[in-house]
Amino acid sequence: MKENLYKYILGIADNSLILGQRLGELTGHGPSLETDIACTNLSLDLLGQVRSYYQYAAKILGNGKTEDDIAMLRLEHEYLNVLLVEQPNTDFAYSMGRQFLFDVYHFLFLNELQKSTDITLSAIAIKSIKEVSYHQRFSSDWIKRLGDGTEESHQKMQTAIDDLWTYTDELFRQTEADIAMVTEGVGVDVTKLKDTYYKKVAEVLEEATLKIPESKYFQKGGKHGIHTEHMGYLLADLQYMQRTYPNMEW
Amino acid sequence: MSTTKNWPLWEVFVRSKNGLEHRHFGSLHAADAEMALENARDVYTRRNEGVSIWVVESKHITASNPEHNGEMFEPAQDKVYRHPTFYELPDEVKYM
Repeated sequence: MKENLYKYILGIADNSLILGQRLGELTGHGPSLETDIACTNLSLDLLGQVRSYYQYAAKILGNGKTEDDIAMLRLEHEYLNVLLVEQPNTDFAYSMGRQFLFDVYHFLFLNELQKSTDITLSAIAIKSIKEVSYHQRFSSDWIKRLGDGTEESHQKMQTAIDDLWTYTDELFRQTEADIAMVTEGVGVDVTKLKDTYYKKVAEVLEEATLKIPESKYFQKGGKHGIHTEHMGYLLADLQYMQRTYPNMEW
Repeated sequence: MSTTKNWPLWEVFVRSKNGLEHRHFGSLHAADAEMALENARDVYTRRNEGVSIWVVESKHITASNPEHNGEMFEPAQDKVYRHPTFYELPDEVKYM
């Protein structure tokens, strides 16, 4: 089995799965009917992308496990998503802040992944980037609206960005599997995306009249399966049906 | 979390295909035109329903008053010459 490739795919897919789950939690709880539908749409886009990745991962695994097994039945430390995407929906500013900080990265990442020498990954990237381009537009707009909105919305948006900032650096860290895949021309060298990322983020924050956090203390661990305290609860929700009724289908 | 009660109502018009006209699809709440477009995209055009969206704030639409339906819409029935019913349509002409 191609161990590095398998781990590399999980790293990408788990980001979208976990963020999709977080967005799904807002279904029926969005601040307005229209925003509620929009967040559910983002979630569905991400889950759609995730299926392609996990189907590919299942093929590589080649031991009879399906995309569902991989998505639903791993243990917490086997999920390789970044810490940013598992952060809770504290309020709408947090949800949009998390979305924005991930979307800017996600777009840059897929843009490069399109050039992967792995044709499956490249095809998924080409298919997904239009959706993610819209995600980025949607979340950027909300950052500007809330940041440049009322005194209260500005304060809430700033608090969310300040809190989530500590999880941004991890996006640009590489695991051993990542480095191996970059060497083979399969993976994206995320360290090269960092400057563009912070520049793009700063542009939107400035337009939103928000301060760019100065903190240089960053959290990491997700890419190695070490998660924040929120992850267990998220997985309990995500995995409940499959664990309670094994092999259930719609 | 604040509600949308302060957001104005917008009417959404979608062109399903190039060459067809925009048709009224429904209405939604949004803070401004840009948000109305995004909301319209998310609410109405996620399944290839359209190629173009118009949004207009509902308050800019002037509507006829149902109380005046009589004078507006019910022409005198005795002036039969107003209705194009005195010629025969060729079979080739459909959908009239």
